[in-house]
Amino acid sequence: MKHAAGWRAPALSAALFLLFLGVWHALTLPTGAQQSVDSEYARLVGAAAAAGQKSAMPGLREVASKIREHLKEPFYDRGPNDKGIGVQLAYSLARVIAGYLLAALVAVPTGFLVGMSPTMYRALDPFIQVLKPISPLAWMPLALFTLKDSSVSAVFVIFICSLWPMLINTAFGVASVRREWLNVARTLEVGPLRTAFRVILPAAAPTIMTGMRISIGIAWLVIVAAEMLVGGTGIGYFVWNEWNNLSLTNILAAILAIGVVGMALDQVLARLTRLVTFPE
Amino acid sequence: MNDPLIRVDGIAKRFPARGGAGTAVFENVHFAIEQGEFVCLIGHSGCGKTTILNILAGLEPASEGYVFVAGREVNGPSLDRAVIFQSHALMPWLTVAGNVAFAVASRWRGWNKAKVRAHCQRYIDLVNLTGSERKRPAELSGGMKQRVGIARALAIEPRMLLMDEPFSALDALTRGMLQEEALRICRETRQTVFMITHDVDEAILLADKIMLMTNGPCAKIAEIVVNTLPCDRNRHDLHRHPHYYRIRNHLIEFLVGRSRAFDEEAAARGYDPRHPPVVKPGLGEAMPEVSGAHAARPQPGAKSLRAVVN
Repeated sequence: MKHAAGWRAPALSAALFLLFLGVWHALTLPTGAQQSVDSEYARLVGAAAAAGQKSAMPGLREVASKIREHLKEPFYDRGPNDKGIGVQLAYSLARVIAGYLLAALVAVPTGFLVGMSPTMYRALDPFIQVLKPISPLAWMPLALFTLKDSSVSAVFVIFICSLWPMLINTAFGVASVRREWLNVARTLEVGPLRTAFRVILPAAAPTIMTGMRISIGIAWLVIVAAEMLVGGTGIGYFVWNEWNNLSLTNILAAILAIGVVGMALDQVLARLTRLVTFPE
Repeated sequence: MNDPLIRVDGIAKRFPARGGAGTAVFENVHFAIEQGEFVCLIGHSGCGKTTILNILAGLEPASEGYVFVAGREVNGPSLDRAVIFQSHALMPWLTVAGNVAFAVASRWRGWNKAKVRAHCQRYIDLVNLTGSERKRPAELSGGMKQRVGIARALAIEPRMLLMDEPFSALDALTRGMLQEEALRICRETRQTVFMITHDVDEAILLADKIMLMTNGPCAKIAEIVVNTLPCDRNRHDLHRHPHYYRIRNHLIEFLVGRSRAFDEEAAARGYDPRHPPVVKPGLGEAMPEVSGAHAARPQPGAKSLRAVVN
């Protein structure tokens, strides 16, 4: 049974993928029939599509060749509106990593202190509960006004959205360290700093890392929207720019790239979480 | 006369109740433990045994009364008193050697790595865990985990060992083996031990003195039973000794019946919590405490149990 299950899931995945490609291909085939189409629309999407001979949605072959094109030359830079997809992804990644690391620098130590003191935990809880559900993009105007720089504002938005899961998980992880481990440290007359680093930190590390994994996922979700707003560079801006260019092929390629990078980020954090997790 | 190693002076623990004075879990608890003595505290659950141990360890404050270790008052945990926890309390992210080394490095801050490792190895060998140093607690059986707990406690060379039902979570076979090892180690190291248990046979095997605690609330120490079995007793021929059943029956009679209605008995007899009666099953009348009593030899023709108790 176990042996069979080993190849069944990947085979099913492959079959589903082929089915998806098949449906896509069938839906985007040229129909051949003449249709009357609004002239404005015809001008926008091209004569062939407007006439109905060709679907406005790009076909499999077009997207595949576009992706090949991007992969062949991902890092070209021909002015502000024509950069390779790799360059745009690099801009986005740089913003995400900067905002994320800043958030970690603030959230982990703060969460640690909050988790150690039940009074602080209860005192700060209402603030966190109010601030947490605010869409990070709502901070954008405030950031643009105070920071006066669109790129820094995007980093700030990433910072604020990564902050809460890390802060809450760190505080929770620290607060729920088993009493008996703390008692061991107390009977051994271990100082507070050594207790923090040798007992509380390793005990809370899996919970902290889970928060960091949630944060990186949210940060990668938010960066696309943030860059659509601030513009200039980044994968979000790329998607918006290609929408203005009406290149759905490029948008589909970018969507795929966003998904793959997001998965890679999650996997890195999952690997790190496994490193600090201990079996009970 | 020298001061005892541990002197417990009228401790009580009260929990605040809604509206008015709190109920006492136990009160007026007095006892002393001499250097090198193995003392067991036996009683039903809920009478505050673990709380007494935590107060001795300095992990919890007493609501009333004082605890003195070698004449100095306890006001917090100390490396003097090592605790072996019921749930072993090993840190799962450290190896066996790492868990012991954490304690050793806390005891002797200035030691280098090699010295710490050599010291840990001695105690890992002592509890027969040689070869498992690099394993993590999750890879160990319950008995092995508790051995690590014992090694960690002994490795800091405490003046006193506090054990909170250390073997109660183990199966009967493992428990028996660990009890024998505890007996061997304590004899070798002349360790002073205070242990909580509700296993009568464990107490008879290990303890020099067994303190009987009444049921809560307002639990107190009813009696101190001196173990009249020879010092070199072991698990295999323990039950053949004529005193064994005298002690055992006495303990069981207390746990089953007298612990519940001790207050009436105390009133009828003029019980003084400062000096709970000392009983020596098989050695005649209840008598005031005599130092070195636990080295006494059994006597033939001792009075019956009833006579001893009443």
